[in-house]
Amino acid sequence: MSQSHRISNEGLLNRNKEISFKFNGKKYTGYEGDTLASALLANGVHLVSRSFKYHRPRGFFGAGVDEPNAKLQILLNGHSEPNVNATEFELVEGIEATSQNCWPSVNFDVGAINNFLNKFFPAGFYYKTFMWPKSFWYKIYEPFIRKTAGFGVASIEKDRERYEHKYEYCDLLVAGSGPAGLSSAYAAAKNGAKVILAEDKPRFGGSLLTDEVTIDNLSGKAWTDKIITELKEMPNVIVKNRSQVFGYYDHNMTVMFERTGDHIKDKPKYTPRQRLWYIRAKEVLLSTGSIERPIIFGNNDTPGILLSAAAKEYIKVYGVLVGKKPLIFTNNDSAYETALEFKKQGIDPIILDTREEHSSELIDSVKNQNIKIRFSYAIIAANGYKKVQSALIGKLNKDKTKFENSETIQCDCICVSGFWTPMVHLASQSGNKLKFDDQIDAFVPYKSKQNETSVGASQGTFTLKDTLDDGFKTGFDLSKKITNNNNSTSPPNVNEIKKNPHDKFWCSPLPKDKNFKRFVDFQNDVAVSDIEIALREGYRSIEHVKRYTTLGMATDQGRTSNLNGLQLVANVEKKIVPQVGHTTFRPPFTPITIGTIVGREVNMEYMPTRKTPMHSWHKKNNAVFVDAGAWKRPRYYKQGNENLFEASKREAKNVREHVGICDVTSLGKIDIKGPDVAEFLNRVYTNSWSKLPIGKAKYGVMLREDGIVMDDGTTTRISENHYHMTTTTAQAANVLSHLEYYLQVVWPELKVNVLSTTEQWAGAALAGPKSRDVLAKLFPDLDVSNEALPFMGYTEGNLFGVKARIFRISFSGELAYEINVESDYGLFMWKKMIEIGKEFNINPYGTEALSTLRIEMGHVAGPELDGRTIPYDVSLEGLVSKKKDFIGKRSLQKEAFNNSDRQKIVGLVPVDRKTNIPEGSHLVLDKNAKLPNPKLGHVSSSCWSFENNNPFSLAIVKNGKNMIGKKLFAVSPLRDSAIEVEVISSHYVDHEGKRVRS
Amino acid sequence: MLYIKCPFCGYRSQKEFAYGGDGTVKRPELNQNISDEKWNEFLYLRKSPRGKHIELWHHVAGCRQWFKVQRNTVTHEIFQTTKMNEEIK
Repeated sequence: MSQSHRISNEGLLNRNKEISFKFNGKKYTGYEGDTLASALLANGVHLVSRSFKYHRPRGFFGAGVDEPNAKLQILLNGHSEPNVNATEFELVEGIEATSQNCWPSVNFDVGAINNFLNKFFPAGFYYKTFMWPKSFWYKIYEPFIRKTAGFGVASIEKDRERYEHKYEYCDLLVAGSGPAGLSSAYAAAKNGAKVILAEDKPRFGGSLLTDEVTIDNLSGKAWTDKIITELKEMPNVIVKNRSQVFGYYDHNMTVMFERTGDHIKDKPKYTPRQRLWYIRAKEVLLSTGSIERPIIFGNNDTPGILLSAAAKEYIKVYGVLVGKKPLIFTNNDSAYETALEFKKQGIDPIILDTREEHSSELIDSVKNQNIKIRFSYAIIAANGYKKVQSALIGKLNKDKTKFENSETIQCDCICVSGFWTPMVHLASQSGNKLKFDDQIDAFVPYKSKQNETSVGASQGTFTLKDTLDDGFKTGFDLSKKITNNNNSTSPPNVNEIKKNPHDKFWCSPLPKDKNFKRFVDFQNDVAVSDIEIALREGYRSIEHVKRYTTLGMATDQGRTSNLNGLQLVANVEKKIVPQVGHTTFRPPFTPITIGTIVGREVNMEYMPTRKTPMHSWHKKNNAVFVDAGAWKRPRYYKQGNENLFEASKREAKNVREHVGICDVTSLGKIDIKGPDVAEFLNRVYTNSWSKLPIGKAKYGVMLREDGIVMDDGTTTRISENHYHMTTTTAQAANVLSHLEYYLQVVWPELKVNVLSTTEQWAGAALAGPKSRDVLAKLFPDLDVSNEALPFMGYTEGNLFGVKARIFRISFSGELAYEINVESDYGLFMWKKMIEIGKEFNINPYGTEALSTLRIEMGHVAGPELDGRTIPYDVSLEGLVSKKKDFIGKRSLQKEAFNNSDRQKIVGLVPVDRKTNIPEGSHLVLDKNAKLPNPKLGHVSSSCWSFENNNPFSLAIVKNGKNMIGKKLFAVSPLRDSAIEVEVISSHYVDHEGKRVRS
Repeated sequence: MLYIKCPFCGYRSQKEFAYGGDGTVKRPELNQNISDEKWNEFLYLRKSPRGKHIELWHHVAGCRQWFKVQRNTVTHEIFQTTKMNEEIK
């Protein structure tokens, strides 16, 4: 039974290319150009899924984004993707599709028992049932609900596909390539505007592909091809198919996804799977068309029931008959076109029209073809379980509230048409205030907030002539506004059949003693009775009704159900739809993959990696790196089987005994120039900078306005009006913005310029008692004696032909120098230092040893300057000037900052002199005290003191000043540890700071 | 995502900018006696107006200039952007 429902004389497929695929394990074939849905329908398959709540059998209902049922799990090239819409997914060789939400199979689904128990699953069932006991929620109810509800299975495999982002700017973005989109894009492009035309489907043309019309004596399809060919040749136009504009944000920023790879079998390696476009358009034209809405009747969700326009599209585009004994149920003329298409294939449909007998050009031509029409008739209910077998129909009474009779007629499919709903999603997202149009019983865009215009069916124009006239005019007007050109294009001649008004009939009444389920929202299994219950239980606001019943909340965003839902609420409430209002439209218009949103920002590309010029040397010498912001810094250099602790101990020891070298390139560096720098520094730092001589460095602390320490570092006066500031690695960017703020906003009168030079200079710290010896050999021409280059001194030197800046500053507390050369010479400098330092036992040290060294010395860093400490807390109050004013000074007068028991930094050693104190531990007086145990402070930094051969920590503790000598407990409930510690001075090594001055 | 006209570089996407708070707040002069109330007001109290608001933005991924933006906080409409030394009219 191969492609039993395929016809040969219609369709836009490549019949030379057969494609085989699997559905629920069974092999089928289709053609290139098919969607998964059209290929399955060609094989007579209607049953594709089970419904969300009742597990009722469901079939295809639409032919595109309107589809609520056919969400499948797709396996392609080993990549599994859930919730793929079969009506949009293009068939590719070798895919395997499976139904979701059913077990063990879509044909026999155990969950279908819910259908027979449906009396027990009314609206709000979950809210009502799973309320108590509360403790059951997490362990029992929630996992159970998650398992039974839900759709496909997300893959646990890593997504190996490539996704890209693209930014584009244009004068006019046209969303949708139906008649409205084509005409306006064409008119605007002809008038010189830069245009992007986006079409969601693979084929351009929208309704022109399926409607029997002639434009300038061409068929809709031929006219589309002509316009598209012309547009593609114009340099000011980007034409994109498989591209859906799915979000509309502020200032005319729209987002669009392009399916670049899903339809290609074995796509080239660097072709992305999907591409996300950020498009900033001066004007946006929304030609998104409309979607047919259903009429509600009993068992209207049975497989084989679908929208009449979808049935027509399956014939015209895909060459597929959805059935061979069709019943057409309509309240308007457009379903008659579907009837004519069936007739062309030699099939006799029966039409049920809810309107009274009347005639129109279209109806007459149907009558002339001897197609049977029954006026004032409606379907009461469909019969059949996994596929529709027949329909119970009846004649409506005068006011259409009752059936006068009933009979059963045989059919194998039902094509239903309840008129058209404009797709106003993007307009609404843009902030457009919609209004309800009585003529078409739907909301249309009304008051724009941004530069957007809707044309054609998306704003309720349903005739081709008006749409094309509007399109050409709007495209021209919008482009003229932007380009000031005046080249207008006149619209073509159109031949179309005139249609009669539709009937405001949207839901078949339920005969007495019958309780057929009449579904409003297929995807979330919301029936008419559910909405009635919600209203009966007191829900009034449409937003509440939506949430209580889940009407319109599924992935199809209620495209086929919203308006019928609103009509139902309005009827029960005896209101009109505009009084009920509509729920909010939110992006994305259709589901998009997470990969598309993420784009290339994965793995190494998640954020930029900053490497120092010496990175390659570190790598070669077994450095283990640590992330410091975007920087990669060596944490330690591994030798043999060393672990982090052993390596850092060895490296620190070498610094204390001989000499070490550390890459400090990542420290923030800011070049400051101008006659007012000293005054500026006075305002920025807490200490005084008026008297800093040329060739000297100074340590400074800067505060935020609220008195909290922001950063610390040294600033060196290089020449009269030229200073060099260093910041911590972490705060470099913030400090620069902070300085710029004060210079540009607060004190623009100061003549000072700041510029980041972090990347322009490579830095190496030379630390240890032997560092001067190494320096002397590096700069043989330079006097590096303690007298010539004292602590906090600065000089410049010639490092084998490379200009170097030499700062005598120290973070490790040892005699130390920091040497900067231009970045390009960083590696050269480093290698020279290693080479020359060899005889003095030089060794590189990483950030772990660096931390050890500074902690022992009681030097504060990030863990102490944590955004909660003032200078006093970290024992930097000596650097706070009493004489001058500076940023944050006024805040230091705050009462809380001057309490006598204010927190302060202290040192800690474990009483047993053995146990490491975990960072982050809380300090308490009594480890066994009743909870909540009052917290006195916390451990900020911990190390193994090489000098004293025991663990040592820095902590910030309440009343720290008076705590020295006391014993406390460092508790960490996370690690289940409670260590008795002794409070000592935060300066554990070299209290007087002799070494740095030696 | 807003589209902001930097007075130095022209229109750029919001991604390039950092928001810098209320543009009408003036830092008290240096070396003045400032009451607790005044300092508290400067430091912590900000209006959150519905409608027109003058604010600061910083072109961090561009020319690194701070400038003023007059924006409608409800609709995000931007009426005017100026350099720091110019007045919003």
